[in-house]
Amino acid sequence: MTRLLDAADVTGGYGPVQVLFGLDLVVDEGEVVVVLGANGAGKTTTLRALCGMIPAKGTVTFAGESIIGKKPDDIVRRGVAHVPQGRGTFADLTVEENLRAGAYVRKDDEIPADIDRWYTTFPRLAERRDQAAGSMSGGEQQMLAIARALMSRPHLLLLDEPSLGLAPLITRELFTQLADLNRETGMTMLVVEQNANLALDIADRGYVLEAGAIVTSGTAAELKSDEAVRKAYLGY
Amino acid sequence: MELFLDRLVIGLGQGAIYALLALALVLIYRSTGLLNFAQGEMALFSTYMTWQLIEWGLPLVVAVIVSMILSFIGGAFIERAIIRPVGDVEHNPLSIVIVTIGLFLAFNALVGWVWGTDGRIFPKALTTTLNLGVTTVSWQTVVTLGVLVAELVVLYLVFQKTKLGLALRAVASNSESSRLVGIRVGRMLMFGWGLAATVGALGGSLYASTLTTLDPSLMAVLLIYAFAAATLGGFDSPVGAVVGGLIVGVVTVMAEGYISWIGGDLKLAFAFFLILVVLMVRPQGLFGKEQVKRV
Repeated sequence: MTRLLDAADVTGGYGPVQVLFGLDLVVDEGEVVVVLGANGAGKTTTLRALCGMIPAKGTVTFAGESIIGKKPDDIVRRGVAHVPQGRGTFADLTVEENLRAGAYVRKDDEIPADIDRWYTTFPRLAERRDQAAGSMSGGEQQMLAIARALMSRPHLLLLDEPSLGLAPLITRELFTQLADLNRETGMTMLVVEQNANLALDIADRGYVLEAGAIVTSGTAAELKSDEAVRKAYLGY
Repeated sequence: MELFLDRLVIGLGQGAIYALLALALVLIYRSTGLLNFAQGEMALFSTYMTWQLIEWGLPLVVAVIVSMILSFIGGAFIERAIIRPVGDVEHNPLSIVIVTIGLFLAFNALVGWVWGTDGRIFPKALTTTLNLGVTTVSWQTVVTLGVLVAELVVLYLVFQKTKLGLALRAVASNSESSRLVGIRVGRMLMFGWGLAATVGALGGSLYASTLTTLDPSLMAVLLIYAFAAATLGGFDSPVGAVVGGLIVGVVTVMAEGYISWIGGDLKLAFAFFLILVVLMVRPQGLFGKEQVKRV
């Protein structure tokens, strides 16, 4: 497998507050990798550092090229799409406009075809294409946020707590869809998640983040059977 | 009846001017979520630029176009150099509003410093009138209304039908997510300010051309009518700004004409009264979207 993302010794934070203290992680092409961690461990900050939303130091290589210190729009153009925490849909724009905005960095003429494609994957979005995104339910907005990210035709999808604020049943459905997406299209994903059980079910590998650094890593099966991980994150 | 029609025409002419400035306010609000109190004085500066270019020998239409281009650059520059360093609207709205009030004073003083406080004569675009039988309309009014409609159509096409417009609306809706989909937010904000300044330059020049005079107090009153128009129509709706402007124009002229105790002096108070009533009865305005907020 080819290495898609390689982050080494990444530090960063918000102004004077440092959150990441030498983070190392890698993602190979086609993998689903999950980052587990408690509140405040630096999960969201990790993703924000990877996609250029906050200043970070260290080395981050994506598809063989350094992306550290690059602007978000540059990183999106290179193929990293970010589904932010809390979904971040354009509430005043319609569903369809949200998807077109997702394709902002593209210049080809297959955008309408891609919109139809994700309507097929997420039929609820098709039903609501002319509705303002802000008027939809949390689950629908999460689907829209994912579809919007996919509209940029990314090589790597960063997902920040997709389960946040969703009912358990909806969360399960969403993770099934993410697993399908990975299986059918080979989409590489880096998922940050508090719901460790569900996340490890769809993941190939995982990392455990504590206080801004990776403390444990392994395959999903290894993490599931790790005593410490089980106690702290799986709850049994 | 004839008097009524005369007043209707005058009201529409006035309203078109209010609408032009209201459009500039709505543009900034839509693309940055901000009320720009300096919009009127920025337009004043632009109008003086138009006047200066005419003085230097350019024909009126060319002078207005050159002034619009310069205003676009100036508006974008103000966003980049003065507004952005203060912070972003989402986290720091009050500071920015106060900066725009500072700009209001600064531009007014700058105009007085460069061009003096004496009134200047501004040429009329057209002096002839159009006889419609029941009433006569000055061509100036016809041109103003025509410019207003043309501008609205252009803005509608830009905002609703182009990728640039989509990006502008995306930034207004959620600037953080806009960055995530690869939109250069800073550029869009500069564009929004530039566009608003351009629209303001056009409105100010047409206003001065209608009045045929130009002095530093020109815009202070106009801005209040424009705020009334934008409030009535809805701050996020360009169509609302135009309809609101025309209604404010007609209603104030009618009130001035038919209600003897209002007269010319209380016209402005009437605009304030209108703002108050709209805010109480329908805060989002006639065409505005009700705020949808989800926690």
